[in-house]
Amino acid sequence: MTQALELICPAGTPAALRAAVDAGGDAVYAGFRDETNARNFPGLNFSREELRDGLAYAHERGARVLLAINTYPRAGDPGPWHRAVDDAAALGVDAVILADIGLADYAARRYPELRRHLSVQASAANPEAIGFYHQAFGIKRVVLPRVLTVEQIAALNREIAVETEIFAFGGLCVMAEGRCSLSSYATGRSPNIAGVCSPASHVRYVDEGDRLVSRLGDFTINAFGEGEQAGYPTLCKGRFRALGKASYLFEEPTSLNVAHILPELMAAGVSALKIEGRQRGKAYVAAVVRAFRRAIDAAAAGETADLDDLSAISEGGQETQGAYQKAWR
Amino acid sequence: MSAPSRLAPSLALGPVQYNWPVDDWRDFYFRIADEAPVDTVYVGETVCSKRTPFYAPVLPEVIERLTDAGKEVIISTLSLVMSGPERAELVETTGADFMVEANDMAAVALLEGRRHVIGPTINVYNEATLAVLARRGAQRVCLPAELAREAITALAADPPADLEVQVFGRLPLAISARCYHARAHGLSKDSCRYVCAEDRDGLALDTLDHEAFLTVNGVQTQSHSYCNLIGELADLQALGVTRFRLWPQDCDMVAVAALFRRVAEGALAADEALAQLEDITGGVAFSNGFYHGCEGVAAIGVA
Repeated sequence: MTQALELICPAGTPAALRAAVDAGGDAVYAGFRDETNARNFPGLNFSREELRDGLAYAHERGARVLLAINTYPRAGDPGPWHRAVDDAAALGVDAVILADIGLADYAARRYPELRRHLSVQASAANPEAIGFYHQAFGIKRVVLPRVLTVEQIAALNREIAVETEIFAFGGLCVMAEGRCSLSSYATGRSPNIAGVCSPASHVRYVDEGDRLVSRLGDFTINAFGEGEQAGYPTLCKGRFRALGKASYLFEEPTSLNVAHILPELMAAGVSALKIEGRQRGKAYVAAVVRAFRRAIDAAAAGETADLDDLSAISEGGQETQGAYQKAWR
Repeated sequence: MSAPSRLAPSLALGPVQYNWPVDDWRDFYFRIADEAPVDTVYVGETVCSKRTPFYAPVLPEVIERLTDAGKEVIISTLSLVMSGPERAELVETTGADFMVEANDMAAVALLEGRRHVIGPTINVYNEATLAVLARRGAQRVCLPAELAREAITALAADPPADLEVQVFGRLPLAISARCYHARAHGLSKDSCRYVCAEDRDGLALDTLDHEAFLTVNGVQTQSHSYCNLIGELADLQALGVTRFRLWPQDCDMVAVAALFRRVAEGALAADEALAQLEDITGGVAFSNGFYHGCEGVAAIGVA
């Protein structure tokens, strides 16, 4: 019996939080309802009161709550981010997930006892960078950007003094996270500043009769013929033209799924798996968490779980192991 | 027509982002050394470590030529450091006796306690981050492309390090482990055949409706438009920003630098310079939206 992978689940709403805890999540991650977190979508996230209740619900059931404060504080206006850290400490969250150097410095000085994780948005992909955040701000865990192979993650874990958490299932960033301004180039709204990527406020679907065009800002991101399912125009999942050919140059509309390589990830020294999807409803969260709970427990016992139900959940049915496989590059 | 209150500008030429044939690359820098009115020249591969071996043999002579011409030379480093060889090379570069530009936090870590420059792909969005980096030895920070005037104003109020702003050229917007140049050719990064060398100004990535949108440069994605803040130089100088970065594009960069120099010194009106820039760049769209707090592609007063 090996140490089981920790299962970190998305909680965009109090209902999703309860669903994730009930389905067997070891921890949930959430954000306050403002621009301090990277899923700043309308109708999502937690008020202070809701987080207090969510913490009580999780803690009574042995689960932890991590609070993402992982956008980059605005110059001249750090107040909202400082208040988020202050309130996280006061409410007793189990860890804060931070990306900004200045904010990590603030949290480390003010609340040395508050556990700090490094957000994927900090894009720390090597021992030197991770060591910097560990030494300077006492970061205990790093959420790795989706750029490394399993082999590289294993090598990394041999050299660093902190835990690693990796994305396991759901939406797939194909760029190094936190270092992408594609969304703001097209819309003026970026993950780093506004906590949104390809925001719905800038999306339009135009029915041109023979095709349905999805647009982001002033740009056509995709076009669908009759019978083709129209996807959301996330910029890096769009269809574009290069060298005279139209293709999904950055990435197909596909879903990340590592459920089939859990033993390799355990052997690579990964501590925790993160399920993407704070924008998802509670039914989706419950189904994915339940399936991963089974898969993780089976892997820890040296067995293989039946994963058919997970594949059924994947967006568009297509799945990838992304950068974890070298051939993806 | 020079305005007496204007702070003296300092022009910097960013590192060449593209995979130019090594002879062209060397000759480009030789010409910059001999003719371009820039104060600082960044040299070094920032995009893909597979390209580094091509430039390494001529790097010393390029540095020497630039230094002899009175330019400040800064060695730029890789934007996304992952592999063992990439790390080893970074240790070597950061250990050498040159001013280095850090473009990954690995370089920031290695450069602690030594004077260095923070490149535009390090996330410096606020005063607190700037202060931490300055305490560790950052002397100069080239700000991220998406920062608007409002943020630059706050950062420039009392900066603990010099600020540099990107004012010309295709903006680095994203970096990935995946090579899109190779992918466009049906290849993977490991078997890329260096197809990025076919595109001296990057590979155009258009929308399905044939609108120009982005530029692929190996693992890097850039804007299609050239950022152009020649009309905002006076405003930046009024904010206290005096360092301006020009990204090398496949056009007459000596002429580009000369125009930015004259406008920044108050010797030429920005609108006159703009018309000349359009001729030099051959009709590539300009943009300045990030500076004005809207979508980066927007062109306010430069279209």
